[in-house]
Amino acid sequence: MRIKNHPILKFEFGRKVKFTFEGKEMYGYEGEPIGAALHDNGVMVLRQSIKLKRPRGFFCAIGHCSSCLMEVDGESNVRTCVEPLKEGMVVKLQKGKGTLK
Amino acid sequence: MIHQVPMLVIGGGPAGMVAALQALEAGVDVVLIDDGIEIGGQLIKQTHKFFGSEMEYAGTRGFQIGNLLTDKLFSFDNFKYFGRTTATGFYEDGVVTALKDNKEYLKFKPEVILIATGASEKPLAIPNCDLPGVYGAGAVQTLMNLYGVMPGKKALMIGAGNIGLIIAYQLLQAGTEVSAVVEAMPCIGGYLVHASKIRRAGIPIMTSHTITEIEGDACVERAQIVRVDENWQPVPGTEKWIDTDLICVAVGLTPLIDLLWMAGCEMKYVAKLGGEVPVRNKQMQATIPNIFVAGDAAGIEEASSAILEGAIAGLGMANFLGAEIADYDEKHNKYWNELNSFRSGPIGQRISEGLKFVLS
Ligand SMILES: Cc1cc2nc3c(=O)[nH]c(=O)nc-3n(C[C@H](O)[C@H](O)[C@H](O)COP(=O)(O)OP(=O)(O)OC[C@H]3O[C@@H](n4cnc5c(N)ncnc54)[C@H](O)[C@@H]3O)c2cc1C
Repeated sequence: MRIKNHPILKFEFGRKVKFTFEGKEMYGYEGEPIGAALHDNGVMVLRQSIKLKRPRGFFCAIGHCSSCLMEVDGESNVRTCVEPLKEGMVVKLQKGKGTLK
Repeated sequence: MIHQVPMLVIGGGPAGMVAALQALEAGVDVVLIDDGIEIGGQLIKQTHKFFGSEMEYAGTRGFQIGNLLTDKLFSFDNFKYFGRTTATGFYEDGVVTALKDNKEYLKFKPEVILIATGASEKPLAIPNCDLPGVYGAGAVQTLMNLYGVMPGKKALMIGAGNIGLIIAYQLLQAGTEVSAVVEAMPCIGGYLVHASKIRRAGIPIMTSHTITEIEGDACVERAQIVRVDENWQPVPGTEKWIDTDLICVAVGLTPLIDLLWMAGCEMKYVAKLGGEVPVRNKQMQATIPNIFVAGDAAGIEEASSAILEGAIAGLGMANFLGAEIADYDEKHNKYWNELNSFRSGPIGQRISEGLKFVLS
């Protein structure tokens, strides 16, 4: 969900773009982190931990904690908190370590 | 190709930006790399007005300071910026490697380097602390203040230092309900002004309380809090479950010092500065002569002090490169005086005590 009225900030959103998460169509703003767009769409679980397969979500937002690693356009381990969203991106929940292309 | 550059700044937060400006003004060519989507580090996420003096932009909101600094930087022809570029390695021959846009490898060979990589958040080690919905305070600030995304519906803030207090208030501004601010210490760690705003909004600040457990299926649904005694032990019978979908962790930061370790700078563990920090002199020069440090990477403090440390380091680096700076001593002393006066309060006192171990 987006913030409706903010007492201090005026948000300048980019162009509205379509992408998919696990095959489901979603919308976000171009250039914002993929993780932010997913959050707006109510997607909280981004990855499954390697050993215990526990759900993992957004955590640090500065590309350091590895909690938000996902598969984007066929590439594993993309840090979705610092990767800008583009039209048509295919985003998938990452299971385990991912694979090298 | 190796980029031969006089000065490389790693990290475009307030410390790195101000250091770059000082050197640019002295005529030095500066390359700055930052791994964020936007330049500005933590500063561009902050919506409250700053304290301090004119030098630290008192009275101006954090993100506006960020914009001012950014505009100034890009007005210099001898400034070059690589965004979405992560410094990944520091080699014995003085080469810094960096990855741009997740695909292109760059190599820099600078004469002098500033490491101003900031800090990362400390996690909270309790059952289910890895569930989605448990976020570092910085992440919550990023979602709501940079991208206009509501981080959750009902939040629980852990930590009543300045970050916890400020972000609890920002959550209210974003339209998120805040159940409480929980603090294990018997008193708050942040400034009273920030605490007062929260109390006026009717949010309890529960000192001598801690969070012991989180529950939820795929995401956070509730958390247990409990009172602690003088020895930090939970008081039986005071447990309480709170429904929440957002646990915001503001229990401290730790300096991001990987590159300093890689370079072989002398480091010391100083709890008052947040962890392992580099030994440095009054120019903010580390024990390897062409490496300088500033901001949270040199010790966890605040944006205002990061600005001043950046100014001192940038000036020192220009001087190191042999730039003509007629009023070097005057400026150097002025920045130190401001920094010392900024550190004269109770929070600053802790910092000053910590610095005794690493500042020569
Ligand atoms: C949630 C939160 C709230 C805060 N609120 C306040 C506040 O209200 N008032 C206040 O005064 N201070 C506040 N602070 C502290 C303040 O933001 C910091 O003290 C200040 O930003 C430190 O500046 P810096 O330049 O050292 O680091 P940062 O602002 O953290 O910037 C570091 C930069 O380096 C980049 N970087 C890191 N590693 C690499 C690498 N390997 N390669 C390339 N780039 C890299 C990062 O992406 C980042 O842009 C807050 C901090 C946080 C986390």
